[in-house]
Amino acid sequence: MNAAAAVLRRELRLALRSGGGAGLGVAFFLIVVVLVPFGVGPDGDVLAQVAPGVLWIAALLACQLSLDRLFQADAEDGALDILALSPLPLEALVALKALAHWLTTGLPLVLAAPALAVTLSLPEAAYPWLVASLAIGTPGLSFLGAIGASVTVGIRRGGLLLSILVLPLYIPSLIFGTRIIARATEGADPLPALLLLSGLSLGIIAAAPFAAAAALRVNLR
Amino acid sequence: MALRVIDLCCQRSGRPVLDALGFDLADGEALILRGPNGVGKSTLLRALAGLLPVASGSAQLDGVILNENPDAWAELIAYAGHLDAIKSQLTLRENLAFWSAVFGGSMRAVAEALAAFGLEALTDRPAHACSAGQKRRLGLARLMLAERRLWLLDEPTVSLDAEATARFAALVRAHCAGGGMALIASHVDLGLGAAADLTLRPPTAGAQTRDPFLVGSFG
Repeated sequence: MNAAAAVLRRELRLALRSGGGAGLGVAFFLIVVVLVPFGVGPDGDVLAQVAPGVLWIAALLACQLSLDRLFQADAEDGALDILALSPLPLEALVALKALAHWLTTGLPLVLAAPALAVTLSLPEAAYPWLVASLAIGTPGLSFLGAIGASVTVGIRRGGLLLSILVLPLYIPSLIFGTRIIARATEGADPLPALLLLSGLSLGIIAAAPFAAAAALRVNLR
Repeated sequence: MALRVIDLCCQRSGRPVLDALGFDLADGEALILRGPNGVGKSTLLRALAGLLPVASGSAQLDGVILNENPDAWAELIAYAGHLDAIKSQLTLRENLAFWSAVFGGSMRAVAEALAAFGLEALTDRPAHACSAGQKRRLGLARLMLAERRLWLLDEPTVSLDAEATARFAALVRAHCAGGGMALIASHVDLGLGAAADLTLRPPTAGAQTRDPFLVGSFG
């Protein structure tokens, strides 16, 4: 337990110190979403229609930004070897790192999303559902990304490869996440889509640590 | 015999590096691995740490067989490779306290380990502001955080000054006096006195062509 707390504390500390890139994801998210009205035009109805998709796609891309360093930094300075020999199972290490990634990247997106939804003229009724869909969906993005990060850990400049591997895997989360907001906007019941997204995220969170740990073991050689 | 290595063979990218290596190490003994660059000293240490797969042969440490029970094996060894496993954004104390928590050590052990390597005055300095030798000392201080039977050290004295090397040698002697063992790859004289040398040799020509896909393909 002590070891798990230490890993989580270290990950958060590293993310928040200079060069950690904790604020980068949310800053990128802000800029992408703010650019959309300039490209699409100021028509409120059009913006409201594209808002769920824009917010979710911007969130996917923002989550990607810091994923490539998830295991690479530890692999480069030798810490991954020592962690692999420590009493802490690699599966737990993956889960803790993905959790720290969500806390420093996903959670700020969830908090910033309502403010950005204003710029996209999202109807008021959809706000709680926007927050709920991102809060439930983004942990799945971090855990799924951990698989990609562990597969590409030995590759120099693996960041782009990581995006190509992981972004297609985000499609199910994207579909259900945007449906939640779109249905709330139309006045329909968003709950079925929310439950499907919840199930999807829970499934990813349960399976990803094992898949990523297996990939890390192969890469340690 | 506390550590027994029997006919150990290892490969790196399909190329044989260690060929049927066998040796014994008794309680309280240190063994210095010698040999030219690329002969397989690091490969041997990583294989014995359980980080590299073994092509054939086996190793036994206190009755535990390598790669048969990885958790029990990891409890018996401490590995320090070329890299120091230090985060440059964290202070020296934060770095060592993290490893201490991961390996179940105490904060007192952290203070003692820092003192043993003469790092007390630098504890609150970020690692990026430390010299290579200071970082190496911190990397070696990690060995003191948890009781481990066998130390596997890959060129531990690189970038250490004479005084730090002497401190380190004293530490290895104390570890061995307490019944521990050490396997150290090094090109310099560590001043360990009684430590024996094991000189590795490149695999023989016959071993080079063992891969059936490569036989005959390169002249």
